[in-house]
Amino acid sequence: MKVHEYQAKQIFEKAGIPVPPGNIATTPTEAFEIAEKLNKPVMIKAQVHVGGRGKAGGVKYAENAEAAKVLAQKILGMDIKGLTVKKVLVTEAVEIISEAYIGIILDRTTQKPVIMVSSAGGVDIEEVAAKTPEKIHKLYVDPVVGLREYQARNLAYKLFRETSQVRKTSDIIMKLYDIFWQVDASLVEINPLISTPGGEVLAIDDKLNVDDNGLFRHKNIAAMRDLDAEDQAEIKAREADLSYVKLEGNIGCIVNGAGLAMTTMDLVKHYGGEPANFLDIGGSSNPQKVQTAMQIILADPNVRAILINIFGGITRCDDVANGIVAAFKESKPTVPVVVRLTGTNESEAQRILSAYRLPTADTLDAAVKKAISLAGIE
Amino acid sequence: MSIFINKKTKVVVQGITGRDGSFHAEQMKKYGTDVVAGVTPGKGNTQVAGIPVFNTMEEAVAKTKANTSVIYVPPAFATDAIYEAADAGIELIVCVTEGVPANDMLKAVPYVKSRGARLVGPNCPGLISPEQSKVGILPSTIVKKGNVGVISRSGTLTYEAIWALTLAGLGQSTCIGIGGDQVIGTNFIDCLKAFQEDPATRAIVMIGEIGGSDEEIAAEFIRKHVTKPVVSFIAGRTAPPGKRMGHAGAIISGGSGTAEDKIKALEKVGIPVAASPLELPVLLKKLMKTGKKKPAVKKEVKKSTVKKTTGKTSKKVSSRARAPQKKTVTVRKKK
Repeated sequence: MKVHEYQAKQIFEKAGIPVPPGNIATTPTEAFEIAEKLNKPVMIKAQVHVGGRGKAGGVKYAENAEAAKVLAQKILGMDIKGLTVKKVLVTEAVEIISEAYIGIILDRTTQKPVIMVSSAGGVDIEEVAAKTPEKIHKLYVDPVVGLREYQARNLAYKLFRETSQVRKTSDIIMKLYDIFWQVDASLVEINPLISTPGGEVLAIDDKLNVDDNGLFRHKNIAAMRDLDAEDQAEIKAREADLSYVKLEGNIGCIVNGAGLAMTTMDLVKHYGGEPANFLDIGGSSNPQKVQTAMQIILADPNVRAILINIFGGITRCDDVANGIVAAFKESKPTVPVVVRLTGTNESEAQRILSAYRLPTADTLDAAVKKAISLAGIE
Repeated sequence: MSIFINKKTKVVVQGITGRDGSFHAEQMKKYGTDVVAGVTPGKGNTQVAGIPVFNTMEEAVAKTKANTSVIYVPPAFATDAIYEAADAGIELIVCVTEGVPANDMLKAVPYVKSRGARLVGPNCPGLISPEQSKVGILPSTIVKKGNVGVISRSGTLTYEAIWALTLAGLGQSTCIGIGGDQVIGTNFIDCLKAFQEDPATRAIVMIGEIGGSDEEIAAEFIRKHVTKPVVSFIAGRTAPPGKRMGHAGAIISGGSGTAEDKIKALEKVGIPVAASPLELPVLLKKLMKTGKKKPAVKKEVKKSTVKKTTGKTSKKVSSRARAPQKKTVTVRKKK
């Protein structure tokens, strides 16, 4: 799960990482008040979950509170890559001498957290990484031992030469590493970490992604989820404990298991169709989940046929069949529904569904072909 | 023979009194697995399906000489269950639980290794060696005794592949689901090594999916160290383009994690990649006839596979290629 910059900033600040003062505003008046209180030039920054918001005009400099109000008016409500800006972060604008980058991420290949630093921070860090990878310094941390101070210091020396700045940066790296563990982060990032004419080191833009599996022990962070940034159908699916991603095609897919769901989509494409979605009903499924899955897919106007592919293990085919029946009772689908149920309680499921005479198939491949032909797509 | 589990496997079920734990303890026992104990703190001195329940792993192991554990406890307690099993002297720990925090595993995996034990999972269906032992949740009705080793990162997709093999008359030595999480105890290479050394395994099926670079690394390992025939299937050719994990994600990923890249890496070392799970036994029979790792009619196999599988989607995928779409790889949590 991604949190917004202002939320990451709060968490970083609480951990003792120096950040410029500021606050969040949802109206131009609030932006004015924050700027007036700071009594300094400010930055107005759109809070949306997309990259490149600066280049899209979502980050502006304001000389004073009046200007802050005008700019906030412009940015609030702005559309950035399909997302509407509802909040802006107003922070003191600081003079920048240099921009560095610090990021920590879980590296699945080495199964360790890796800390990356670069003195070439800022908006073009990805280009730096692609073109001049030698400018990115990496440290793979032994997760059992943890980050040692000398290691953080060595990384800090890659960014600064001046002793007090090295010390401050080293401290920031240690704290960032602690945050990584404390909140079950999958990514923590400061870009840029800037130095000021006065020799201060400040985190100007903060990023934090949290492992969804860790959210159960971080209720405060789970509550930060921005529902506005998500597709309505995807929210409905998550609430029903379904995993759903909308795509552009016209064959709706309901499957148990992520790997099998992807395989079903792949085969739809392979046999000449286009999948309308990824939908995994998960492990031990109850009929209600299947019913909700049907509702979500039937609400997609592009869908011309539905393919239900279940390989029962933990999932019981009769549960799925009951869910299908409930969905049919609720609203008779206007598109053909192809059902392929194999595994646990398969024959019971067939008995439940027999009255509906739904098209079926023995193999996944045959089911996919049938769904495509019934959808009437050439 | 088989890998990791066999007739000597003595299983303790962690979380045996839960809904999944009790159901699958019974299923395993029915299949003939030597399930000797269950553990649920506070439920000691009871029984589940005739299996004695203990309060602690230490006691369960001391009393029953169990050497393997299987974990069905909820995600919030699964990490602790892994440590408890390792400290009790368990040699093989199979964690079925899905939704375990990845950062927990960063520490637990090396710890289990340091105790000389093996962890399979988390978020995996476990293992089955037909007619010998089953540890986990794999449906026993779809397997058949034979000499094909199956390794997979997935759950139900593994069943689909096993079922395709069984229908085609190809039995299995051991089927193992290693789990789809980012940090797992046993990877492709551990399994490939074991299958290569197992005299009962004649050929290997490897099932991968988008994300990470484990398949690419496995391909290189197979080229160097595996002489038995290997065929593969990769899920996620049509997976939507990834929402990148910030800058760090793009920087660290190196490889793109796409199905296209994985298929390329596998085919480059002569491993045929099936377009559908149903095609796996077809490719495997072809390879097993020759008894060699590389296909005898390499060009033909390659050509048909490429045409069938990557032709249509390759352009789209590569132009949008980035880190994998996390949503699609993460299996939903069980309630």
